[in-house]
Amino acid sequence: MRDKRMSVDDVVGELRDGMTVGIGGWGSRRKPMALVTAIAKSSLKDLTVVSYGGPDVGMLCATGKVRKAVYGFVSLDSIALDPHFRKARQGGEIEVAEFDEGALQWGLYAAALRLPFLPTRAGLGSDVMTFNPGLKTVTSPYEDAEELLAMPAIHLDVALVHMNRADPYGNTQYLGPDIYFDDLYCLAAEKRYVSCERVVATSELAAGGPPQSLKINRMMVDGVIEAPGGAGFTSCVPDYGRDEAAQKAYAGGDLFVEASR
Amino acid sequence: MSDVTRAEICVAACAEVWRDAGEVIASPMGLVPALSARLAKLTFAPGLLLSDGDANYLTDPTGADSQIEAHIPYRQLFDQLWHGSRHVMMGASQLDMFGNQNISAIGSDFARPKAQLIGVRGAPGNTINHPTSYWIANHSPKVFVEKVDVVSGIGFDRARTVGAAARFHRLHRVVSNLAVFDFATPDNRMRLRSVHPGVTVDEVVAATGFILAGTEAPEVTPEPDGEALRLIREVLDPRETREREVPSAGRG
Repeated sequence: MRDKRMSVDDVVGELRDGMTVGIGGWGSRRKPMALVTAIAKSSLKDLTVVSYGGPDVGMLCATGKVRKAVYGFVSLDSIALDPHFRKARQGGEIEVAEFDEGALQWGLYAAALRLPFLPTRAGLGSDVMTFNPGLKTVTSPYEDAEELLAMPAIHLDVALVHMNRADPYGNTQYLGPDIYFDDLYCLAAEKRYVSCERVVATSELAAGGPPQSLKINRMMVDGVIEAPGGAGFTSCVPDYGRDEAAQKAYAGGDLFVEASR
Repeated sequence: MSDVTRAEICVAACAEVWRDAGEVIASPMGLVPALSARLAKLTFAPGLLLSDGDANYLTDPTGADSQIEAHIPYRQLFDQLWHGSRHVMMGASQLDMFGNQNISAIGSDFARPKAQLIGVRGAPGNTINHPTSYWIANHSPKVFVEKVDVVSGIGFDRARTVGAAARFHRLHRVVSNLAVFDFATPDNRMRLRSVHPGVTVDEVVAATGFILAGTEAPEVTPEPDGEALRLIREVLDPRETREREVPSAGRG
């Protein structure tokens, strides 16, 4: 079995200007902040970032890494709006594609299944259609002839996600309440890098949680990065909750604040 | 003279949104709606499913003897909401007479908004898939506008342009700190359903940036009954957090 362990800097070395990067987690929950921070401090530029947005989007906007953001929302949960993302938007600094959050899932799922699109109602009649002029509808070929949004596949060059545990081969484990859409990010991407709190022996995975927690496996992973505290100040339960004080400092302008773990 | 506060009237009025909802997910956004959904579950709508804020759903909204009765991560939540088994009560930075809602951005230039808000989030999918109500804590002409800047949740006029795909669109109620509204008019324009005790129709009209239907003879919003009041005051919100969203006159 191939040992896929690598460092945060190795991951950054694999990235190129202009890539489309999908970032797992949700809002300020289980975000791969060790990887995101390294990108923010690198010389990379012109990235397209796809995210259920939290401080990942804000940090990359504030450091000038983002050409385009693809999202349904950007929020820090306990702080409703990310001030760095707002500043970039209000300054007209970035391009955006804003979708219904369920439609965003559909775009990732379509890419994962190698389909050109998936049909949905989510977005019809709203300004998602107005502000994404490339969106098209599709008419059901069956008797109902319903006209639906054809949500296009969102292909990713790279997926970055953070898990609680992983073995050296890329079998990973989430122990918190929700996988969010991290598995879809991995299936939608060419290269998939998973940071984790702790690299363990394969035998420890099933011992540490139910088999259902082993959702992202080695078929879906190209690199494993051991990064204790790698979700930064975002929550990574049960290993740690959100560091609200650090998040507040981040929102106040201290971009690279250290979370106390 | 009743000692029932405006906040308590709002909690009861928002709870009414879920009457007869059956076994569905109640998703309240905001402090008053959160109290309301719990009040509804404890009294006349025991079938509601209520989240702990993450993926677990709890049997007892007071937390006293709560069990996890369901686990619904976001993936499944989206399935449920596209299935229709949910009634959401969202907020709105702007809301127009047909019930179009904006939570995305303020300003006429979407490429460079005057104020970036949270994003459309799930509003387009919510409104086209299952019943939706709105809670507005601060009723003003800045919120109740002629035309919203970014249609996030879709109103009746937008739904009509979509055809059969909008057949599950249902805007149920709008509750503000001043009054309760519905869309029970021939062309689904917003209608004043009831004014809260102590509020005049003129006040509501002055705080609304479009022409309201139903201003001739609205009812008065009912006060919560004794049991509902006891639950709000002693069980659900003894620390009066509701006052933060709807402050009583003369209070801090």
